[in-house]
Amino acid sequence: MTPSTPETPAARSRAPSSEEGLREPVPLLGVRTLLDDAGISRSLLRIAHEIIERTAEPERLYLVAIPNGGIPLARRLARGLREVADLSVPVGIVDTTLYRDDLHSTGNRPALRRTEMPSAVDDHIVVLVDDVVKTGRTIRAAMDALMDFGRPAAVQVVGLVDRGHRELPIKLDYVGKNVPTRAREQVQLRNVDGDEGVLELVIIGAPEDDAQGGES
Amino acid sequence: MIGRDLLGIEDLDRSEIERLLDTANHMREIGEREVKKVPTLRGRTIINLFFEPSTRTRASFEIAGKRLSADVINFSPSASSTKKGESILDTAKTLEAMDADAVIVRHEVSGVPRRIAEVLEAPVINAGDGAHEHPTQALLDCFTVRQVKGKIDGLTVTIVGDILHSRVARSNILAFRKLGAEVRVAAPPTMIPPAIEETFGVKAYTSLREALEGADVVMALRIQNERLAGAFIPSVREYSATYGIDRAKLQYAKEDAIVMHPGPINRGVELSHDLADHKPGVILDQVRNGVALRMAVLYLFAGRAPRQRGGDSA
Repeated sequence: MTPSTPETPAARSRAPSSEEGLREPVPLLGVRTLLDDAGISRSLLRIAHEIIERTAEPERLYLVAIPNGGIPLARRLARGLREVADLSVPVGIVDTTLYRDDLHSTGNRPALRRTEMPSAVDDHIVVLVDDVVKTGRTIRAAMDALMDFGRPAAVQVVGLVDRGHRELPIKLDYVGKNVPTRAREQVQLRNVDGDEGVLELVIIGAPEDDAQGGES
Repeated sequence: MIGRDLLGIEDLDRSEIERLLDTANHMREIGEREVKKVPTLRGRTIINLFFEPSTRTRASFEIAGKRLSADVINFSPSASSTKKGESILDTAKTLEAMDADAVIVRHEVSGVPRRIAEVLEAPVINAGDGAHEHPTQALLDCFTVRQVKGKIDGLTVTIVGDILHSRVARSNILAFRKLGAEVRVAAPPTMIPPAIEETFGVKAYTSLREALEGADVVMALRIQNERLAGAFIPSVREYSATYGIDRAKLQYAKEDAIVMHPGPINRGVELSHDLADHKPGVILDQVRNGVALRMAVLYLFAGRAPRQRGGDSA
């Protein structure tokens, strides 16, 4: 083993002092794993159980992922539902970009992501799946988008992480993990092996003067 | 990041063109929904300012704007009843007062959209100016080719027709070249601009057969009968016999070559009847893709934060 000295990046994974933090590039600002791949799978399996428990007619379930993070999670959740209740649940993807409420005020034009709805949502119990929920604005946008595809019987929300900081009256139905955060920290779902095979949920500290907040 | 106005392919680099095409790809899906509308440009106003008559381009922009929930207003001052220059800028000032979030301009004189962009705060989108450019047509053509062929890099694209007067040809040459295609043009010598090979990096042919040899994409341009016969070509009939695309001539191109046309088609002149109707659907795909592509253009250009106020604007 190489002896670790105070200068190695590994020593930095402790939260840096704010003085130091000001000029550090983001990756060095204390990246901490909140959930590893197995932990994510366990959370989703538990959520699959909860969904089955609370849904009177589970054959009407329809998972809808919010890209990008929601996509691998919705797939795992669908697998979980198959294991738990032998259910084959359709999985759709709805991009929320064109429904965002900040397009005009910021003038930003984020890249669009794919939308794929394999079948009609009418009379289905739609479960929206997102990785990180914070302000609730993405969920609001996703609900609006969903309504353009029909009239679901009900809409529920799964968030792998609930960070708090809600700005809209939106409550999650199923939560993987509640993580109290500071507004400027970032919580990200990452693909460790690049092929959606191994996931990792991390929290990244932010310097105090960094105005860029992650929005979810 | 993409600029404020879309005045020509000449201003775009490869990554900007690709961003437009990728965005259009996602916009296509909206056209397949039951509710073909998203709220993106709700409360925004888009003005179609067409000094030159146009049916399809104007309608395409109008549908694109409406699918994004913008209010679209058509404004068609007739070019003949106004004097150029002065009145165009007067019109532009009137539009300024209407709080337009984008102004789509077509004019028979090259450079008018750029001149308007200089005085307007709103972004200006060129819908065709003189023999200069027609950027959205070229973008939708690239989009269609990419969709059918899966790529553009390395393809051979042959453009046949009045290259000299065609803004569609000019924009397409620029766009396909920037995306890595080999571009050839084929026309009677009178319709090929001098020094086109050096200026645009294309190969020019007067022999249609040679130009078609190994082509993946064959694009026929509209021949403007009235204007050209007698001046640039002996007769429309002779043009059609030599440069009109029909099944027999298409044999020279690759077996899976696609035939495109920006429309409206003079049947039996630049395209034979059977090709205009048959050769499965690419020409109608061009029309459908036009809406998705123009939605992408409006998303990326319209209603963005107003331009930096400074210097010349009041």
